[in-house]
Amino acid sequence: MDVIIESLPIYWDGFLRTLFLAAVSGIIALVTGTILAAMRVSPVKALRGFSMAFVEIARNTPLTIVFFFCAIVLPRLGVRFDQFEVAAIIALSGYTSAFVAEAVRSGVNSVPVGQAEAARSIGLTFGQVLNLVVLPQALRTVVPPLINILIALVKNSSVAGAFFVLELFGHARQLANDHGDAVMQVLAGTAVFYLLMTVPLGILAHRVEKKVAIAR
Amino acid sequence: MTTAANSAALVSVKDVNKHYGQLHVLKDINMEVSKGEVVVVIGPSGSGKSTLCRAINRLETIEGGAIYIDGKKLPEEGKELAHLRADVGMVFQSFNLFAHKTILENITLGPIKVKGVSKATAEKEAMALLERVGVAQQAPKLPAQLSGGQQQRVAIARALAMKPKVMLFDEPTSALDPEMINEVLDVMVQLAKEGMTMIVVTHEMGFARKAADRVVFMADGQIVEQATPEQFFTNPQSHRAKDFLSKLLTH
Ligand SMILES: Nc1ncnc2c1ncn2[C@@H]1O[C@H](COP(=O)(O)OP(=O)(O)OP(=O)(O)O)[C@@H](O)[C@H]1O
Ligand SMILES: [Mg+2]
Repeated sequence: MDVIIESLPIYWDGFLRTLFLAAVSGIIALVTGTILAAMRVSPVKALRGFSMAFVEIARNTPLTIVFFFCAIVLPRLGVRFDQFEVAAIIALSGYTSAFVAEAVRSGVNSVPVGQAEAARSIGLTFGQVLNLVVLPQALRTVVPPLINILIALVKNSSVAGAFFVLELFGHARQLANDHGDAVMQVLAGTAVFYLLMTVPLGILAHRVEKKVAIAR
Repeated sequence: MTTAANSAALVSVKDVNKHYGQLHVLKDINMEVSKGEVVVVIGPSGSGKSTLCRAINRLETIEGGAIYIDGKKLPEEGKELAHLRADVGMVFQSFNLFAHKTILENITLGPIKVKGVSKATAEKEAMALLERVGVAQQAPKLPAQLSGGQQQRVAIARALAMKPKVMLFDEPTSALDPEMINEVLDVMVQLAKEGMTMIVVTHEMGFARKAADRVVFMADGQIVEQATPEQFFTNPQSHRAKDFLSKLLTH
């Protein structure tokens, strides 16, 4: 117990860094994921193909390998970043955007095709059809799975700790090294700080799900 | 074939073909519709009536041939297509009102977003249209709160709000309870009287007799016969049409 209490400042620092990492990656992933989903239903074949290839590759590759790619391969290809944190954000948001794209796409598919056809028939452009008619209706079904994706993102961000980013898990690793006799406590403390982020998100997802169910 | 051939064609369908996989749904379709003309398209299920309607609005692509609206060829994609589509109103069998928008917003969306009409003007015009189709009372409600007949009249008003040159109707009454069919047909008859150019897929013979200038009979993806409603219903020429009408009458 003592280890946890005396390391509280370190935990807190890690907590904030993880929150930052997850929040930035989450926002980027939501935006890119929605764009990827829009590309997937666009009338332009090349965009559809690109979106599909990206989503399938990112979604089906282990996250650790995505991290390796961003932290080690990208710099060799000439992409430079000063901090590993940038690589971590690229890896996390790229990986998560694939899941966001899939969730948004299935939400879009849950809107009857007649809605889009009616929107096209009054002369709306592809972008307007999506923004004004399809996405607002898809949103209800998309929000609960999106929150689950964000929960996964918070947990996935711990992989960054293994790549020299000092977020919550990175700090925990060091603490465990420094306190070889209290590894259990150190890890339990770490888990609590992760739960502090994921449990509220879970509760939120549950609430939204209920609300959507009533509104139908 | 003989009626209204004097004025220039508003809709012109030239040698249009369409396949779904192996299935040849539209076979060398040629059709012209003049300004102010009301054409009823009739034919057995699966004969390609909906596909033809949807092709004219470019909701379906075509292979070969071309479709012209008021002399302009339908573009393949993009902004130009969207603009030309605004000239072609479409009423669907299943209404397809925007489920998340009020009745009033359903009507004003197109004028505001496509034509750049101000919100106040769009709402004023929308209320006049709703009045005209008899559902002005429902303006603040959501589509799900209206009966089928009311929804379909709103859908007609939504299409009219774009001031289209031609209106397409794909079986506008076949999803309705019998007691609601006439309220929709009445609106359509009125429109026809006011000189709207219309292409109507329907099996409502009453409407065809009352409002149509011409009946186009389709079977197996082809236009088999065209005539005035009177000629077509009393004296069909083709074997397919005779067969179809005898079945329609016994049902
Ligand atoms: N998206 C599609 N994919 C494959 N086949 C289709 C598709 N849409 C229609 N078809 C087929 O094309 C043929 C023509 O369909 P269409 O809907 O144009 O007929 P219709 O004359 O409108 O029939 P109905 O009176 O039943 O509405 C049918 O055999 C139908 O099964
Ligand atoms: Mg049909």
